[in-house]
Amino acid sequence: MTMPEGWEMVVGLEVHTELKTTTKMFCGCANAFGAEPNTNVCPVCLGLPGSLPVLNRRAVDLAMAIGFALHSKVGFSTFHRKNYFYPDMPKNFQISQYDLPINSGGYLDLPDGTRVSIERAHLEEDTGKTTHLGGSGRIHGADRSLVDYNRSGVPLVEIVSGPDIRSSAQARAYVSELRGILIASGASDGRMEEGSVRVDANVSVRRAGEPYGTRCEIKNLNSLRSLQRAIDYEALRQVELLESGRAVRQETRHWDEDSGETSTMRVKEEAEDYRYFREPDLVDLVPDEAWKEGVAGSLGALPAERRARLRSRLADPSSAQLDALDVVIDLGFDDLVITAINDNIDGALALARAVNELAAAESVELLTPEAFVETLAMEQRGELSATQAKTVLGELLAHGGDPRAIAAAKGFEQLTAGSLAATVDSLIAEHPDEWARYREGDDKLAQFFIGLVMKSTSGQADGKAVVAELRARR
Amino acid sequence: MRTAFEIARDVRAGASSAEVEMERSLSAIKARNDELNVFLYIDEEGALALARRVDERVARGEDVGALAGVPIALKDNLCQTGVPTTAGSRILEGWRPPYNATVVELIEQSGAIVMGKTNMDEFAMGSSTENSAFGPTKNPLDPSRVPGGSSGGSAAAVAAEMTPISIGSDTGGSIRQPAALCGIVGVKPTYGLVSRYGLIAFASSLDQIGPFAKNVTDAALLLEVIAGHDPRDSTSLPEPAPSLVAHVEDGVKGQRIGLVRELYDGADPHVVASVQAAAEALREAGAVIQELSVPEFRLGLSAYYLIGPAEASSNLARYDGVRYGLRVGADDVTAMNEATRTAGFGAEVKRRIMLGTYALSAGYYDAYYGQALKVRTLMIDAFANAYQKVDLLLGATTPSVAFNFGSKTSDPIAMYLSDVYTIPTNLAGDAAISVPFGTGEAGLPVGVQLLGPGRSEARLFAAARVLEVAGGSS
Repeated sequence: MTMPEGWEMVVGLEVHTELKTTTKMFCGCANAFGAEPNTNVCPVCLGLPGSLPVLNRRAVDLAMAIGFALHSKVGFSTFHRKNYFYPDMPKNFQISQYDLPINSGGYLDLPDGTRVSIERAHLEEDTGKTTHLGGSGRIHGADRSLVDYNRSGVPLVEIVSGPDIRSSAQARAYVSELRGILIASGASDGRMEEGSVRVDANVSVRRAGEPYGTRCEIKNLNSLRSLQRAIDYEALRQVELLESGRAVRQETRHWDEDSGETSTMRVKEEAEDYRYFREPDLVDLVPDEAWKEGVAGSLGALPAERRARLRSRLADPSSAQLDALDVVIDLGFDDLVITAINDNIDGALALARAVNELAAAESVELLTPEAFVETLAMEQRGELSATQAKTVLGELLAHGGDPRAIAAAKGFEQLTAGSLAATVDSLIAEHPDEWARYREGDDKLAQFFIGLVMKSTSGQADGKAVVAELRARR
Repeated sequence: MRTAFEIARDVRAGASSAEVEMERSLSAIKARNDELNVFLYIDEEGALALARRVDERVARGEDVGALAGVPIALKDNLCQTGVPTTAGSRILEGWRPPYNATVVELIEQSGAIVMGKTNMDEFAMGSSTENSAFGPTKNPLDPSRVPGGSSGGSAAAVAAEMTPISIGSDTGGSIRQPAALCGIVGVKPTYGLVSRYGLIAFASSLDQIGPFAKNVTDAALLLEVIAGHDPRDSTSLPEPAPSLVAHVEDGVKGQRIGLVRELYDGADPHVVASVQAAAEALREAGAVIQELSVPEFRLGLSAYYLIGPAEASSNLARYDGVRYGLRVGADDVTAMNEATRTAGFGAEVKRRIMLGTYALSAGYYDAYYGQALKVRTLMIDAFANAYQKVDLLLGATTPSVAFNFGSKTSDPIAMYLSDVYTIPTNLAGDAAISVPFGTGEAGLPVGVQLLGPGRSEARLFAAARVLEVAGGSS
């Protein structure tokens, strides 16, 4: 979308990410999605009288990893209580960070070369989840409300960007790049649809060169698509208001995916008063240099760097391949693709198998790099057809194992490059006239020879490999 | 009544039995509990069963622990699995915690037998137990007078010889003040020495669990049992429990003790006389007495009545009718929260929640809560300066002996002044002990207070023991 002439949108994003820890932030309960309601709970995450929080060291590791990835100042921080009443918040306060977050400042460079500043990335605990049944279906006017505290106390990092974003596409690219970083640093699984990554957008508009306008905060952005659509809708709504001489009211707005509109959720007459004060049940968080260095040192290459590395190994990639490259980076298959390229596998083939077969798999845990490379090498040598190679990969992904053994077990005849060459040679010898016409330039006869090869190999040969053999003899 | 030390010694040696000791305790309770309202809950059969189990273990030759067979009472703000726990409030009526406080576990491991829960001012807010939702406790020494508070029930249990020892909690004097008014020994340990896990919070940065006993040795014995690092409390000191009983007879020879004017100014003449007599007794035992003035102590009360309520306003937010305790039905969640809290909390608790909410509010934070934190820092510095000059401080525990029911209930400030000498220690996180010394109006006991820096418990017990001997009791 382009903004109406003379107008500019100003967007800042708050991204909440659940940290991929084994246990919750302040207790030993499992941090797991999808369990029976109220089964991963204990006195601490239920906020029972007398219970006390103890900080999860792993949550701090992951929060610091995010900070290092975002070039933040990482270090001394404190916890505060954010006080407000809500039934899914068992203590009626949330333990969060306030004036001394674990990560302050920083930036994120986007693939298009723009830079978005980071204000802070702080640790806090998640709330439970309320389902309102009957009546209005919202907290006021529902017949009944059910609360599940399994999510209560799950560690979160809230990453707050500066108001640097100027288009919905840039906002999308920011969240996409940030997701890549969260996944790469091991901090999060990055799943927006499960709520592991949640985005709130602060949107305002202004005429070029003027000070910032009044902003609205949009909630319920569950996908990159909603994010982009909601920001566009909201920016245009604000421009229309202002152009018709009305004012933008500072408020929190709800994005409705079906109607494609934002609507008022609550009006902020004045800033909400959360009565922040230091959490007296926790001590200062003072990560020493060794701890920080350990985390920084274990942080692998980030998406931007990995993207550039893989890009440099692809000769003249098509735009579809560039899209595939982004998927491969996102899913963390780039090391696998590069290993294959290092073993003389064609980059395009490795990329295609990674973005299709691997991406479709539930898990790639059972697939070793050696098996991946070997399967592709067999395909490249014409020992397996493309279909056969895909079948072998599927088997490897599901059960692991040795590609040759799988191919043999499946009855994929071992069609080595040598045996294909021998087959081609003997067929040429048997059909001298057709061969002569092919050599003179009648390409149609390639089909004739492919047909013969297929017949003599019971369809195990790869058409492209046959053509290559024929061309080599022309 | 026999001391805890004697009971444990005899039970371990087979010279007495835990069952006999428990029966003796239960009959003392039966004789006076209706009159005095000491216990909110008594588990007679459970206690006798546990006692018999102790006896069986002794018979098998097992080491049962330092408090083998000793009956002990718990203030009703400590969580014990399955045992009704109210913190003196209607809002928790009927709630049975699903877990044990760390202190309860340690007590059980020591062989002591928890036989009931004692009355207290609601959420430990008060100095007379008149704020209990379940009626006041009467002072066993004169039932027309208050036992002090907020741990009035635990103090009365020991004073009435229902149990030789008991557990209280001290946020601004709630162990020492009732100990003084009931003529027994009460200790406020160094902040972090005893785990707060399972203590229903009033003001987390000030609360500390401590012992009541008839004599100094028993208090030291009980503190040894309940002290020590607990990984479930982030503010717990890192070291194991100190050795205390071994130092009770160390005396005060060469100790420099500061007699602090601000810790007896304004007290009844009898109280002042007792403090001066205590100074003389310590001098005779070899201490060097030095008169001191610490003007900052006068600021303690105002700072305390901002910090305590501020933390309480947040700590008590969880009592909302959603998960446990009282629920007063209403049309929606907000109305239900409001109706529950209106019905469930008493006047003093509401007053402090309002005070604390106000002190933390935007626009008032700096003038009230922020200012109080600065005063707290001044207080810590003032103590540190004093401890440059002397080893321990001496003063009164309370301005008067036990007062009559109703004499201060209409004037909160008059009630708050009962804690004027005890509050500075909580603000600094230091240790103090109240020990009976001399008598005042109507022949009622006076408590004098010894104060020491953090981790000075062994020296405090030694000095208190000198006063105990000089004062003529056991």
